[in-house]
Amino acid sequence: MSVRRIVVIGAGPAGLAAAASAARAGADVVIVDEGERVGGQFWRHHPALTDQRLQHQLGRFRELESALGGVRVLSSASVWRVESGAPLRVHALTGPVDGAERRAETLEADAVVLATGAHDRVLPVPGWTLPGVTSAGAVQALAKRDGVSLGARTVVAGAGPFLLPVAQSVAVLGGEVAEVVEAASIGAILRGWGARAWELTAAAGKAGELGSYVASLMKTRTPYRFGSAVTRIHGDSSVEAVTVQRIDADWRPVAGTERTVECDAVALGHGFTPRLEAAIQFGCDITPERFVRTDEQQLTTVPGVFAAGEITGIGGADAALAEGEIAGLSAAGIRASDPLLRAPVAARRRMRAFAARLATHAIRPGWTGWLDDDTIVCRCEAATKAAIAEYSAASSRGMRLATRAGLGACQGRTCGRSVEDILGAPSGIDRRPVLSSVRIGELAAHRPTHPLIEEES
Amino acid sequence: MSIRIEFDGQPLDGRDGQSIGGILLSNGRRTWRTAGGSQRGIFCGIGICQDCVVTVNGVEGVRACQRTACDGDRVEREVRA
Ligand SMILES: Cc1cc2nc3c(=O)[nH]c(=O)nc-3n(C[C@H](O)[C@H](O)[C@H](O)COP(=O)(O)OP(=O)(O)OC[C@H]3O[C@@H](n4cnc5c(N)ncnc54)[C@H](O)[C@@H]3O)c2cc1C
Ligand code: FES
Repeated sequence: MSVRRIVVIGAGPAGLAAAASAARAGADVVIVDEGERVGGQFWRHHPALTDQRLQHQLGRFRELESALGGVRVLSSASVWRVESGAPLRVHALTGPVDGAERRAETLEADAVVLATGAHDRVLPVPGWTLPGVTSAGAVQALAKRDGVSLGARTVVAGAGPFLLPVAQSVAVLGGEVAEVVEAASIGAILRGWGARAWELTAAAGKAGELGSYVASLMKTRTPYRFGSAVTRIHGDSSVEAVTVQRIDADWRPVAGTERTVECDAVALGHGFTPRLEAAIQFGCDITPERFVRTDEQQLTTVPGVFAAGEITGIGGADAALAEGEIAGLSAAGIRASDPLLRAPVAARRRMRAFAARLATHAIRPGWTGWLDDDTIVCRCEAATKAAIAEYSAASSRGMRLATRAGLGACQGRTCGRSVEDILGAPSGIDRRPVLSSVRIGELAAHRPTHPLIEEES
Repeated sequence: MSIRIEFDGQPLDGRDGQSIGGILLSNGRRTWRTAGGSQRGIFCGIGICQDCVVTVNGVEGVRACQRTACDGDRVEREVRA
């Protein structure tokens, strides 16, 4: 058999592990990422700007980086279109972010590993467009990439263990964390994380990391509220305070429990949502939970297309590393029975026990109860909750055309899932003909092998 | 090493390697765009939301959170109705 040509999209933990293991197995590998440096969201450090205390598992990162010796690494390269078939095709634009003169390149491959990761899911709340309100991930990104913090006194709110490293980042950069506000109740957390705890001891690395965050929060005596949410953000030209309110098991705000907390920054994160566009464009089957469906080899339903990391389920960096290694080896033609796969398959099983616990913090439908009629849901087009709800009986396309929700610059990446929660139905918002920001001129210069816009079914 | 960029004609200092958004924030500017009459700046921090776009050296629609600043960059705010 001739050497397998493999393109890996995404250079986070999953993509790096896939590229390194595929290269080790003798494949000809290209890894593409829109960032300037490899590492994805977890290893987003800068050699001079990042405080060392914010960077975890750097040893593992160095190991992976040095294993990329024979791999062609395309950084600052946005994949904006993919095509299935033999060969598989990946179209990328390389150059300064959103620059006017990026270089177009088409890569052909026998196998593609999709490792495009996830981004924060942030639920709208009255006042969330005020300056000083960011996603929780933005706090991490700014801290690691730029060495910058947003405010002097920050409220960190949302759901899930990711709030812990975010609070730690604020504190390390010298800011005060006014409160961490977690939507899951303490009872739900004990039931969710305490049950079958022996399964988790195998994922001890991750548990230890979380434990170190808890210890650092205790040292700074940061209040941690459970079963609560930020239900309103106050301020004239910038954030001045938030309302913290108790919520029930369905995340409905409980009247009469409001408290005001003063702050000048708010970090919101209610979990993560996968970046599915490339998988959808390849035609991969998506599960009802809206992740890429894969088999034991991390193969999707499309021949030659593998998927790994947070696009197959939210499970943290260690799960992404294990899945990436399996995907890379399988893409390179290593068989399921090969002993090389034993260790990553065992690691994947351990990390799934951890990932399953994250369901404790899953978004519940009652959250829409904290919206006012005039709360902006789609930030790009300033579409309000009432405007969207008014079209709940219309077709998804009709609703979007009438309200403009999801049709702005971010193409529904920020609001899409929230719009669906308000409508109570999926809206097909993840299907995007163009995968990343592309200028009209760049589109015009492209000679497609297939039509660009497929009819919506 | 430090670099200097220009924002709406005013000089701002930053550290080499910082994004344009990072430099604006560390100079105390939280917003640099007007959308639907309100002020916007960084929201997602990772290139997803497009809330942070600026004009850089005459090119519109550049995400400030993603673009690494170069010494001498001329950055301007954008206004959208
Ligand atoms: C902002 C943010 C910060 C985070 N910080 C932490 C943290 O500090 N600690 C922690 O435990 N977890 C953190 N996480 C969770 C983290 O997502 C995962 O644990 C881990 O990084 C997942 O690995 P991955 O390889 O699946 O995806 P990612 O690390 O997300 O990597 C995906 C990569 O794909 C690239 N990509 C996507 N689409 C394209 C395209 N079209 N063209 C080119 N490249 C593309 C992206 O640039 C990215 O580098 C963070 C998540 C986010 C969103
Ligand atoms: S802050 Fe979201 S794209 Fe820059």
